[in-house]
Amino acid sequence: MKYTIEPLGDNSMIIELGQDMSHEIQQKVKKVSSFFEENKFEWVIETVPGFTTVAVFYDPLKIKTTTLPYDEVRAFLEPLLEKLEVDGDTEPRVVEIPVCYGGEFGPDLEEVANHNGLTVDEVIDIHSNGEYTVYMIGFAPGFPYIGGMSEKIAAPRRSNPRLKIPAGSVGIAGKQTGVYPIETPGGWQLIGKTPEKLFTPEGNTPSLLQAGDQIKFVPISEEEFQKIEEDAR
Amino acid sequence: MIKITKPGLLTSVQDLGRYGFQKYGVITSGVMDTTAHRIANYLVGNAENEATLELTLLGPDMEFREDTLISICGGNLSPSIDGKPVKLWRSVLVTAGSKLKFGGCKTGCRAYLAVAGGFDVPEVMNSKSTYLRAGIGGHNGKALQNEDELSIGEPSELSRKIAKVLAAQLGENKFVEMQWTISSDFIGSSASKPQVRVIKGRQYDWFTTESQMKLFTDHFEVTSQSDRMGYRLKGPELALEEKQEMLSEAVSFGTIQVPSEGNPIVLLADRQTTGGYPKIGQIATVDLSIMAQLKPGDKVQFVEVSHEVAQQLYLDREKKLHQLKQGIALKIRQETK
Repeated sequence: MKYTIEPLGDNSMIIELGQDMSHEIQQKVKKVSSFFEENKFEWVIETVPGFTTVAVFYDPLKIKTTTLPYDEVRAFLEPLLEKLEVDGDTEPRVVEIPVCYGGEFGPDLEEVANHNGLTVDEVIDIHSNGEYTVYMIGFAPGFPYIGGMSEKIAAPRRSNPRLKIPAGSVGIAGKQTGVYPIETPGGWQLIGKTPEKLFTPEGNTPSLLQAGDQIKFVPISEEEFQKIEEDAR
Repeated sequence: MIKITKPGLLTSVQDLGRYGFQKYGVITSGVMDTTAHRIANYLVGNAENEATLELTLLGPDMEFREDTLISICGGNLSPSIDGKPVKLWRSVLVTAGSKLKFGGCKTGCRAYLAVAGGFDVPEVMNSKSTYLRAGIGGHNGKALQNEDELSIGEPSELSRKIAKVLAAQLGENKFVEMQWTISSDFIGSSASKPQVRVIKGRQYDWFTTESQMKLFTDHFEVTSQSDRMGYRLKGPELALEEKQEMLSEAVSFGTIQVPSEGNPIVLLADRQTTGGYPKIGQIATVDLSIMAQLKPGDKVQFVEVSHEVAQQLYLDREKKLHQLKQGIALKIRQETK
């Protein structure tokens, strides 16, 4: 596998696997992340995937060396990373996210439709039929950076950001779509809301989604929304 | 038990941070000044990762409901017990019913209050740190409020010995301070324009030669738009050679990133897990405590240091901290023989 390694700080480094956001590089990021998960090196504190990178945070005191910790770790990793190859596409996990579009849950749905010269139903149809990949989780706990939205429903951010966007809101900003896991301020155009919890701090895995997942948005009615929400209680 | 009678500006329960969950977008949180926090724990016989209270600029008022071994380290926020000033960087035994108050901020920005046995709050994702925005961890996921009651955990063997040494000297007083303190090497300087060592960031080469130079020759001021998440600095404008788009990648404690308007932001304890702005520099871990003690209006001078030197400084400092911890235990053992 081709890569470069560079320090991030004096106890972290970044393995870069390419320059562009693409399926191929995403597969490499996934491969390198699982390499660290499988090996559980005791000097690794954690790894954090980016769009084209994997950052490794380590404990310099757990690295036995006569030189410096970074040199040691780098020399150790290089031959291992070189041998690493993406062995065909591994089947991604598909996660279905139910979304109730429009109404009070998606106050900007009409604006997105108008902006693109579409009807509200057409926007829902395009959004819920897309094939989406989670590139990484960041910005907020459980927040997925999603690639794959059709440009037909792209819409600029709101000029006047909302101070409070409720958790579960599904939005569009430029050519991106996303779901807000916790209540935050933000400028995304809101088209709907999911009753599903994306951030569960009490669980073993605090995030519903992980880098590499595939997402399917499934339209649901307001009644179905309420039923799912009640069942979760 | 400790009862809060005035919350202060921003008082929260923090430990060394929540690690292992950044891949899920969960920020690390944790103390801003790790050195002061660790020493505060050493002085009361705790493990260094035990939670302390982080106090900001205007400290809280509180009442001790039981005899408690405490220490206060970091910035000097003028602590006093029942009207009498309390020394920083020492083990202090406080009797039940005593009231601890903080006055004005004399040096630094944040103080750490450790209690023997630590704060008995549940761990969330392996950490007691308060994650303010998500409302989890710490005491009910929030900064401390008036009337909050904090339970104290079980003190260690060493904690009991330190308390015993102090109890013998207490007499009729409400509190008693240990006669010895730690070496001044560990106590941050109160220079008016401290120097902070910085290694070049991953996108350092993207910046104009002038910007690269100014990062290390000019000084920067901490603006009022600064908090636990990051410090926005004001100084010479830092510009890219040409506009370049960056894909988001991981950032770290002390990353100096530069948004397009040219004013750098230093990312701190509550930073997001990833960032999409070019990174011009990265503060050496050993100097993060200096940065964390700056308050709005303070100035800082960045000094270039190589990645190799930054690593060596870290190893040397960790060795010294380890020796300090051993030294405290040894001294207590001698005094309780």
